Amino acid sequence: MKFVDEFRNRDNALSLAKEIRKIGDLRVNLMEVCGTHTVSIFKHGIREMLPEGLRLLSGPGCPVCVTPASDIEKAIRMAGLNEVILTTFGDMMRVPGITSNLETARAGGGDVRVVYSLFEALKIARENPDRKVVFFGVGFETTSPGIAVTLIEAEKEGPGNFSLFSCHKLVPPAMKALLELGEADIAGFICPGHVSTIIGAKPYEFIPDKYHIPCVIAGFEPTDILQAILMLSRQAKQGVARVEIQYSRAVREQGNIKAQEVLDEVFEPVCSTWRGIGVIPDSGLKLRGRFKRFDALAWLEIPEIEEKEEEKGCICGHILRGIATPYDCPLFGKTCTPQDAIGPCMVGAEGTCGAYYKYGGRRQ
Amino acid sequence: MCLGIPAKVSKINGLIARVQVGGAEVAASIYLVPGVRAGDYVLLHAGFAIEIIDEQAAEETLDLLRKMVEEQES
Repeated sequence: MKFVDEFRNRDNALSLAKEIRKIGDLRVNLMEVCGTHTVSIFKHGIREMLPEGLRLLSGPGCPVCVTPASDIEKAIRMAGLNEVILTTFGDMMRVPGITSNLETARAGGGDVRVVYSLFEALKIARENPDRKVVFFGVGFETTSPGIAVTLIEAEKEGPGNFSLFSCHKLVPPAMKALLELGEADIAGFICPGHVSTIIGAKPYEFIPDKYHIPCVIAGFEPTDILQAILMLSRQAKQGVARVEIQYSRAVREQGNIKAQEVLDEVFEPVCSTWRGIGVIPDSGLKLRGRFKRFDALAWLEIPEIEEKEEEKGCICGHILRGIATPYDCPLFGKTCTPQDAIGPCMVGAEGTCGAYYKYGGRRQ
Repeated sequence: MCLGIPAKVSKINGLIARVQVGGAEVAASIYLVPGVRAGDYVLLHAGFAIEIIDEQAAEETLDLLRKMVEEQES
């Protein structure tokens, strides 16, 4: 596939690894914020190509993993209402809520349907005018502009029996929260490529400015990630910190302005709870006044639900904050597996524990 | 969840385009990429084209890598 195969070239990858080793002894942690990067790093054996001292930490960038159990539980309650058809992305089905998960809710008679895009949810709403169709929306800046566009179009053309349960989140406030917590020892960020396609480079500038930590916006193919690691290592070695774009074929300095406009038209930032991290100011998205009629929470009677403590022994919170790896978890691979997940990081296809379990990297 | 796949735009009809992904052709919204033309490559995410791929920038990245390989070999 064009723009994929060229960036998987073996000679280029080996050459990049050699350049990284040339930088010499560098004992630092780099964090890949995005779960899509985590999976690609494992899939392509990137960790094995790096010198001993360079460690990669996985961050909070799996939207499935950071959706709080109380929100999952609200979706389960919605699915339990007779008049409701709950639609969502497939990844959400097995994430543990408080009492169960959406898959169990469906098995118990709830009408839960997996969709690929919000358009499909709209189609279901048109086909079922006597039901209330809710889209349980999760995802970062990559996903939310599409949701915003769909709502702008739904505003004009209906249907009237459609609403959104917005659990969308924003990445830079979470990076800020991690830095403010100050727990993880991070010498560079591999910034999420497709989130940055939308938001551009500027929202990360506070990281080098305030915390003197280099940032490189990276693509998802192996040579993209290796090149980003090389760029970060060079910055770290030189003692400089700035935001650089490795993924220049898909990320403009200013981002996608049109997408930013529609996001701003439909949503406004709101305080949001991240599973394992806690409440982060201005890190979620809620519907603006004009679009409130699409708000599922205003439309259905769902009680507030108290947040649940994670299962005893589960360290997903530490993993999401970059201060532990799945290998530190007593449950990992024993009682917690993708088939029978206890913690959220084991469930999502891009959860850190799920990726470690599937691809089994070297213990760092 | 933030996967994006390169797709080639084959036909545009208003705000919807037919795009080729690998061997398949699917419909995609081009609402977020005003100015896109047939023949362009876009990045496809959950039914939406989220950016036009900059072919020149891609070439420049690859050139840089090729030069690196050559320098190491010489």
